[in-house]
Amino acid sequence: MTLLQVSNLTIEDRLGTALVDGVTLSVDRGEILGLVGESGSGKTLACRAMMRLLPGDGLAIRGGEIRLNGADVLAYDDKRMMAVRGREIGMIFQNPASHLNPVMTIGKQIAEGRRWHFGASRREARQQAIELLRQVGIPDPARRVDNYPHEFSGGMRQRAMIAVALACEPKLLIADEPTTALDVTVQMQVLHLLRDLRDRLGLAVILITHDLGVVAQTCDRIAVMYAGRLCETGGKRQVLGAPRHPYTRGLIECQPSSDGGVGRMVTIQGQPPLAQRFPAGCRFHPRCGRATTECTSIQPEMRVDPGTDNHAAACHHAVSVTNRGMVHGQ
Amino acid sequence: MTAIQGFAAFRRRVLPRESTLTAGIVILSAWLLVALFCPWLAPYDPIAQDPSATLLPPNPAHPFGSDNFGRDILSRVMWGARIDLQICLIGVAFPFLLGTVIGAVSGYVGGVVDTLLMRLIDIVLAFPFLVLMLAIIAILGPGLGSFYIAMAMVGWVSYARLVRSQVLTLKHRDFVLAARSLGYSHGRILFFHLLPNALTSSLVFAMSDCVLVLLSGASVSYLGLGVQPPVAEWGVMVAEGQSFITTAWWITTFPGLAIVVLAMGFSFLADGLGDKWGARP
Amino acid sequence: MHRFRFVLWRPIQLLPVLFGISVLVFVMVRSIPGDPARILLGVRSTPQAIARIRAQYGLDEPLWLQYFYFLRNLMNGEMGKSIIYRVDTLKLIDSRIQPTIFLVLGSVLLAVLIALPLATGAARYRGRLADHAIRLISTIGLGLPAFWLAIMVILLFSISLGWFPVSGYGSDWAERLHHLFLPCLTVALALSAVLTRNLRASLLMELQNDYVTAARARGLSENRIFWRHVMPNSLIPTINLLAVNIGWLIGGTVVIESVFAIPGLGQLLVKAIISRDYMVVQGVVLVFALATVAVNLIADLLTVALDPRVKL
Repeated sequence: MTLLQVSNLTIEDRLGTALVDGVTLSVDRGEILGLVGESGSGKTLACRAMMRLLPGDGLAIRGGEIRLNGADVLAYDDKRMMAVRGREIGMIFQNPASHLNPVMTIGKQIAEGRRWHFGASRREARQQAIELLRQVGIPDPARRVDNYPHEFSGGMRQRAMIAVALACEPKLLIADEPTTALDVTVQMQVLHLLRDLRDRLGLAVILITHDLGVVAQTCDRIAVMYAGRLCETGGKRQVLGAPRHPYTRGLIECQPSSDGGVGRMVTIQGQPPLAQRFPAGCRFHPRCGRATTECTSIQPEMRVDPGTDNHAAACHHAVSVTNRGMVHGQ
Repeated sequence: MTAIQGFAAFRRRVLPRESTLTAGIVILSAWLLVALFCPWLAPYDPIAQDPSATLLPPNPAHPFGSDNFGRDILSRVMWGARIDLQICLIGVAFPFLLGTVIGAVSGYVGGVVDTLLMRLIDIVLAFPFLVLMLAIIAILGPGLGSFYIAMAMVGWVSYARLVRSQVLTLKHRDFVLAARSLGYSHGRILFFHLLPNALTSSLVFAMSDCVLVLLSGASVSYLGLGVQPPVAEWGVMVAEGQSFITTAWWITTFPGLAIVVLAMGFSFLADGLGDKWGARP
Repeated sequence: MHRFRFVLWRPIQLLPVLFGISVLVFVMVRSIPGDPARILLGVRSTPQAIARIRAQYGLDEPLWLQYFYFLRNLMNGEMGKSIIYRVDTLKLIDSRIQPTIFLVLGSVLLAVLIALPLATGAARYRGRLADHAIRLISTIGLGLPAFWLAIMVILLFSISLGWFPVSGYGSDWAERLHHLFLPCLTVALALSAVLTRNLRASLLMELQNDYVTAARARGLSENRIFWRHVMPNSLIPTINLLAVNIGWLIGGTVVIESVFAIPGLGQLLVKAIISRDYMVVQGVVLVFALATVAVNLIADLLTVALDPRVKL
């Protein structure tokens, strides 16, 4: 059942450059969607738009639709939007150290959501804060509840931030690079926690990351973004196992293989374009080995591969399941 | 264009950052011109008494009125600009030079010298600014010279701290290491390579410090411990007019306004330069 | 645990500063040219009195020993006699300290009451007309000479409107409050300019922080975010600013007490300087310096209480 449906979302800056251009996404209940892309690809911006919290000024949603449980979120007034934020959609961030208030105890910050959204009493909220800390795996939560953020380690801070978000009981959690700033072992624990929460609470998660390894371990479906546009969406196995868009293929080849394979690291040549200098046609064409004149002028549409249920790619030369062998032979 | 849009455009063009700098420069240049040309601009002699024209309210002959000795307030305010601008310039220059040299050496040399100088700064800062100045003036005896000496002895600490912290951060930058590898002497590195880079924020601070010095100089003179009557200085004028406040408000009001406007000029200049150079002390 | 150690440790760290203050005050009075005994006792002193003070302060001994005499006398609460008032300096200070304390406290209170709403308004309506107006007013406020502002305030509230007395202190509490309001207001107007500018800047800085975005993402209202998250974080530097300004504030009261003829320490200091009553000058300067150190200590401890991140 679809929880959040984003259609044709377009976000422009003051100069009218489309930093996010016609993005269509959906998340089901209890599903983990991985949103993958390099920094500057617009993935964070798209998710901020879902909460109508675009950073800085001059950025605005210029087109498209965001439907939460079928209701048009873009039509909400500020008051109704406040009831969506936290309560319907929660958010956690890359750097928990700066996203937690340094002079408020962890417990108070968790309790604040209970008191604000559910009108819990001070004592109830505190008990629930301790319970939430236990749920996210903080040892000795009854004592830790009175600690300040700087007294927590990096991994514990991320857990605490998850607890702060969970306190509002959201249906959807947007996790913006939640593990990038953490050690590898702690990364694993946090990702495991997210999956665990999905299983126990039926939470839907949008996991923003540039790390395909994280996606492979955690997600059910994947959406890949490049320069503000979507290039490929589909099930995890489909996208990672049989990528149809050249950019996705490049990304997969860039990942250092986990078995420590020999061979040299493959990289995608060139740099992602700056927002002011997005190329015409397919935005990936200057870096694409298969680009033709068609690619330099005509923007490719997202097309579902006929051989699959919903594996879509925006490429004039998208690899189809049926003709894969041919391309491999090129 | 609606009236609101018109107003918004006016505000965008007239009020923001750069205009602060412009306002400061305009106000200060105006006072500078008055101070330079007051012998020709002022309608009367600032200390000439006129028994036939005492305590006159503002009128065409005396736009700012006259005081109990029949002296013209406008002329005295204009001549006062000379003294008060001089107070600002000299009162800032000495602490600036002293503090910059001490702070630069302290930060560059480090070690025991630095520790001792920092302790000294702590001790000077433990005294209320004006109180310490008054105490020094008490020893030296009232007068403008004592004020300048007291100002230098008390005011250098702010500059020393600013310059020291700048030198400390710049000390390990590449260009300093490069200069050292070229075999330049420490003095040369400190005063020709480091200091010019460290001076921006203390220059901005000096502009805002002018306000503090102006107010201190006027306050000390008001208390009878700085500039002595009958010299036309704004603080002295306020003090002289105070006994006539119920009958002749103009004697105190205009010199005070002069202080406010001059201080505004320095504040605007400091804010404007701070925004322009990105240096906020 | 370690934060409590700070509470004990901080005063000990102040000992060198206290030592420096005493040396500076000692050196100051000794550097006046002339016979110190005559300087301390005034011109019309008797030979017996001069002999007594020579013995008490060890004026015939070397300078470093004189300093120890000075320190010993200080420890015994001996600050010498005022040549004008003919009483012990300490007694004199004791009888004059109350108005000054109330003046300082009242000014800080009023200044905070003025600056808090102004800074809040300016920060929350950043870039709008209200912000520009508040910034302009506070910039002008920075350059207001306290003595002149005091006279203007007297002109308006005492002479024209007749709401408050022109000068003096009063004998009972209601009267004192009545007398102190205008002096407090004068100092507060000048102080609130500094406070407003700094609080606005620190509020704007805090509003940029990530935890504000995170709080918005939790659906908290702008009001709650501002008062519960941004304000506590901004007040910490502001408390330090107040402490740094206490010296400036005391300087302001010196002038203001002279304008309003309030029988406080500031007025005492100015009169003592003019009449060369050096024992009193020395005593008042010492008290003011100790008060400044004490206020800064309190601010340090307050910061420790408010900011959990403060390290030793």
